[in-house]
This record gives sequence, C-alpha cells and structure tokens, in this order.
Amino acid sequence: MNAQVPLKKQQPATDQEVDHECKASKTGAEIFVESLQNQGVEIIFGYPGGAVLPLYDALYRNPVKHILARHEQGAIHAAEGYARVSGKTGVVIATSGPGATNLVTGITDAMMDSLPLVVFTGQVATTVVGTDAFQEADIVGITQPITKHNYQVKNVQDLPRIIKEAFHIASTGRKGPVVVDIPKNIANAIFDSNAVEEATINLPGYQPTLHPNYLQIKKAVSLLSEAKQPLLLVGAGVLAADASKELTEFVEKYNFPVVNTLLGLGSIDGNHELFLGMAGMHGTFTANMAINNCDVLLNIGSRFDDRLTGNLKKFAPNAKVIHIDIDPAEIGKNVPTEIPIVADAKEALLALLEQTFEVQDLTLWHEYLHECQEEYPLWYDDDGDGTIYPQYAVETIHRLTNGEATIVTDVGQHQMWTAQYYPFKKDHHWVTSGGLGTMGFGFPAAIGAQFAHPDEKVIAIVGDAGFQMTMQELALLKEFKLPVKIFILNNSCLGMVRQWQETFYEERYSSSLVPVQPDFVKLADSYGIKGYKVEKVDDMEAVFKEAIESDEPVLVDCRVKELTLVNPMVAPGKGLSEMIGVKKG
Amino acid sequence: MKRVITVTVINQSGVLNRVTGLLMKRQFNIESITVGHTEQQGVSKMTFIVNVEDEAKIEQLVKQLSKQIDVIKVNDITDKSIVMRELALIKVVAPPNLRAEINSIVDPFRGSIIDMGKNVVTYQIVGNPEKIDAFIELIRPYGIKELTRTGVTAFVRDAQLKPSPQLSILQ
Repeated sequence: MNAQVPLKKQQPATDQEVDHECKASKTGAEIFVESLQNQGVEIIFGYPGGAVLPLYDALYRNPVKHILARHEQGAIHAAEGYARVSGKTGVVIATSGPGATNLVTGITDAMMDSLPLVVFTGQVATTVVGTDAFQEADIVGITQPITKHNYQVKNVQDLPRIIKEAFHIASTGRKGPVVVDIPKNIANAIFDSNAVEEATINLPGYQPTLHPNYLQIKKAVSLLSEAKQPLLLVGAGVLAADASKELTEFVEKYNFPVVNTLLGLGSIDGNHELFLGMAGMHGTFTANMAINNCDVLLNIGSRFDDRLTGNLKKFAPNAKVIHIDIDPAEIGKNVPTEIPIVADAKEALLALLEQTFEVQDLTLWHEYLHECQEEYPLWYDDDGDGTIYPQYAVETIHRLTNGEATIVTDVGQHQMWTAQYYPFKKDHHWVTSGGLGTMGFGFPAAIGAQFAHPDEKVIAIVGDAGFQMTMQELALLKEFKLPVKIFILNNSCLGMVRQWQETFYEERYSSSLVPVQPDFVKLADSYGIKGYKVEKVDDMEAVFKEAIESDEPVLVDCRVKELTLVNPMVAPGKGLSEMIGVKKG
Repeated sequence: MKRVITVTVINQSGVLNRVTGLLMKRQFNIESITVGHTEQQGVSKMTFIVNVEDEAKIEQLVKQLSKQIDVIKVNDITDKSIVMRELALIKVVAPPNLRAEINSIVDPFRGSIIDMGKNVVTYQIVGNPEKIDAFIELIRPYGIKELTRTGVTAFVRDAQLKPSPQLSILQ
C-alpha cells in the first residue's frame, strides 16, 4: 500500500479508487484470509510449514484466531470437537507432505461421523507438482475416499469460489470434511480482481434434499398409527439438524419409546421416562430388546452401523422400518426399509408433528419395556475392596456436574462406560469418535470443545493408552488458559483389547497390558497444570470435586480396577437379543 | 447380473479417478468403462458395465455415485430400450490366399479393413458387444494376432417401448 501512495500523490484519487487498487493487488494468501472472514470463521487449528508460509504470513496480520497444536492430528481432532459442540464448521490448516498426511486419521474420523470440516493443506508449487518434490504428497489422491469432496487450487482466480464451495459442501446436507489443497505459488500469486464476495457457488451435481416427501410422511404416519410396539431409533442426524426439541415433542405427543445410537446420545434427556438408553453392542438390555421386539422401527438420522445392529439377519426381525436420513445412500444400505424418507431430521420431524394421528394402546408395550428395565438394569460388580470401579467414577462425575457438563471421550472401555453412566441433560454436550473409533481423539477434541463452549465445564474422560497418543496437546491448556478437566481412567492396559482377549481369546493378553507408564501428575506439572492421582475410592469424591470445581485445567490420574469388563455385550456375529453379561454373577 | 450405467459428470481433473475409486471402495467390479465429452461444454459422460449380485447392490451403486459432488446424473439404463455400441480393432493373420474367405466373414458384420500388411489385416468392427463377441469367435480359427476393444458406450432410445422398473425409493 505504501508503495502505491506516492504514485497517487500527483493525481489525487478518491478513496474508492485507492481501495480498489489495494484489493486488486492482493495475493492468494490474502484472498484466503478474506474468504475465511467472509465465512465467519473465528478460529483455526493448525500447524505451519514450508508450503503454507504465505498463508501463515497472511494470518499474522489478521484477527482470525489461530491455535497452534503440537501435532497436526491434535489440530484436526480439536477442530472436530469444536465442530461437534458448536455446530459450526471446523477449520484446519497444515503444510504439504507430512503435515497433510498427519491429518488423514482426523479427516477419516470426520467423514465417518459426518462432522463439518474445511481442511486447508499446503502443496508444493504447481510447477513442481508431480516431481516428488520436497514434502510433496498427493493429498488430493490420498483424501479422495475419505472426504465429502476435495479440491486442488490450480488458478488463484478460482480460490474465492473454491473456498466458498468448500464451506457450503462441508456444512450442508450430510455434513463432512472438505480438503482444499493450495500450492505455494497459488498462495503467492496475485489475484487480479476484487470480486471475492462476488464469487458464486457452481455445483450443479450437489442439491441435498431437505424437505420430506409429503406422501412418504403420510405413509409413515399410517404405519405408526397401526403399530402396537413402535420404537424410535435416534442417531446423530437429529443432533446435526438441531432437532432435539422437535424429537422430544414428537415422542411425548404419542408416548413413543426412544433408543439412541452412541453418537445420538443427548438428543433426548438421558433421564426421560421414554428413553431406554443406548442400543447396540454395549447398549442396555432394554434398548436392544426393544429393537428386537418392535413392530415398527422409526430410524431418524442413524445409519444402522454394525456396532448398533449386531448380526443383520437377526436385526429387528418383526419390524417394518421407516428410515429418515438426509443421505439417500444410507437408506436401504444395511437394513431393508419399508418407507424411505430423504430429509433433514428437523424438517421431517416438523412434518410428522404437523400430522395428528391416533395411535394404538401402547400400555402393554410400555409395561414390557418397564419390566426389562427393572429386571435387567445396567450393572457392575463392586466387591467393596476399596478400589475405584470405573463405572462408579463416571457416575461420580455425572453427579458432580449435574449431568450438564460437556463430556468428551476417547475410544475404548471408558467410552462405553461414559455412554452408559452419564445420562446427558442437553444436546451438543457429547463428543466422541463413533464410526472410526479413533484412539487419541478425546483429549484434543476436548480442547476444541472448550474453545466452542468457553464458559462451560468441559471434561475429557480418557483411557491411559489413548491419552498417551495425543497428550502433547497439554501445552495448549496452559497457553490458552483452557480449564479442561482430564480424567484418566487408568487401568494400565488397553482395556477394550484386553476385554476381547479375555472373552474371545482365552485370556491371552497379547500386547494389551501396559506395565510402564509416565507419572501423569509429574507430566501435568511439567506443563504447569495441576495434577492429582487417586487410587482409593474413599479419596475419589474429594479429589473429583476439587478438580471439577476448579477454574483451572486439571489432570486426574484415576487408578481404576484393572480387570473390569464393559457389560452387557452383544458378541460379534450375534443378534441384539443374544446379549451376554446382562446380570450380575 | 450385468448392468449398464451412464454417469454424467462435470469434466474436471480427477473425476474419472473419483468414480472408479468409489467403485473400488464399495467393491464393485467394472467390466468396461468409456468416457468422452458430451454436447455440453465441460460435461462428460461415462458408460459402465458392472457386474452386481442383486438389485440392492445396484441401487446402492447408483446412490453412492449420485452423492459425488462432480456427478450430475446417474442412470441405470439396462432395462430401458437402448442403443449400445462398442468398437473393436482386430489384427488377423490373413495370407493372400485366405483373404477372400476372411472377407466373406467380415462383410455380414459390416466390418472394414483399416490396415493391411503382407500377411496380416486389421479389421474394425462396430456394434453391440454380442456382435463383436460373435465376430471374434468366427475369426479366431484364422489366428488373431492382436485385439483391442473400446468398451461400451450407450444411449437411451428416443422412443421407449418397454417401461423401466423404478428404484424402490419411488415405489
């Protein structure tokens, strides 16, 4: 700008003209930042490197907040946590080659769990793409099967349009990750117009269906009104559509019982009398028997994942299935469907609420479900030996946070215990890696969740093994004063692996016991974070209380009973009605 | 069963890779594939022959392809009235004394000679895949030196004689 001002001195220009001149001389990197601002991006998680130096230089002079993770995987999981609780699109940036390939796990995770992400990767200059240049990786090729869509920018003139399209694709329809690969010379290239805002989306092949077909809704209503044993299976689609209120209204209107998928938890109050718990491999006995015995199954926003259905041949044998999903490809993929409804969950629920219909007398059905709940509640062994049972630890966290905290887990036994023993009061307070089951996800995701919910209690419940995969992000808690509470349910083993080895491999604990661990309290201390270690159940309450009430980040190394199992369970290959471990003893 | 699928796509770099990558990921077997420009600028059309086990699989294939951002339209045209064409180039051992005999086979197939050497002749045959198969079988005893086929490209006929079965989503 300075260089241009003297030129303009001789012939005084209007402000507008100067402005125009400035815009006209913007680089790709500046356009990148301007486009992010136009999208309302407030926060970016990333890690710089050679190919993204121009982008980082543009960020340096800009108010968009950039969070430097300590590993690209940490950055992308943080963006996922942010996206999950805020409903906004998470933004990630990493350099070419290793920076980009380190994101692959997180991109796949976001794809499986339909999280809106826009991921910017640097790339070597277009002049050397394809020559195996330093830090070159074909990230567009690599991420093709794990993204909703991806782009490589080949001309700086396309950059504003591509960024606009990327955000549009990521955040509409069935949400998902979009990768935008920006070669270094494109970031440096001069953008020769000022039409960033004018860039228009041109996607003739992308028109997600949001509104349900009226005739299909009518058919669904007639099936529901005939049902003697109806059941709603609710997945994350309802949360993505922000339709918890409509869901609750609908089930209360007709007294329909509800079960959740793992990722659907929180879509209805966990203590609601119509809620039967999570279904699936480690679901409640009642939820699974409800699926097994229902005559009409209304699935809203769940994709009939194998961890939910168990053996497909034995899944819901008596049910006619109504499936509401925003993604037509999910309907009929795993389970034959009587009435497919392609729609946004909220739109579909509103359409269902508009109809008023009579339902059958459901008293017997509710009685049966109630009996199941009475007879086969969730249970765990507690032999009173003074050790901490992990389920009890989760129950304690639930009690101390009044069921209102934002809970983030890693993957494994502790994840299932949290799903079972932390009934959520509110939606958008539950973050976990469902489809991909990514160990190492939990702690960085909690960081992202805390950025999204700065005034709420964010609790990361993690295992000792998964935490060690991404614990380098501890530095962020101190740096950004994030009061995340980390509870390591430490059983000195890879709990879920060990459980399967105990149950299906005759207790041959191949590489699942972890005898050597860091001193987590000292580790926290080295990052300037308060750490506690608790081993006795008698000390637990006080430590947990102090940790949760603190305004600072806290790490609690909670030594739990080592050889515990997640119960009950549907063994692989079995149907939902064939659960094991349903009762004590 | 074999199905003929046409896919209208935006002609961008990598789009063929996207479509074939998806078929690989979802474990579909491609028998043949052709791609080319259409009457519309920037739009290409692919024609696939895929082998699938059942209706549900083909429905899933059509839906997965439709989900791709660069895919504008997907049609399973197998059950429609269609025109299907494939081109084959076949280099046959044809010494002068046998050439008249071989040509008498080629003629009914409306094949044409496109290259000729001392002892070999290259024929071009255009038609539906069955016609080409039949021609190859007839010519094989003379000795095929080289053979290449383009794969099928297809069109829906203007006048539809038989109604096509609808996908379950519309029923």
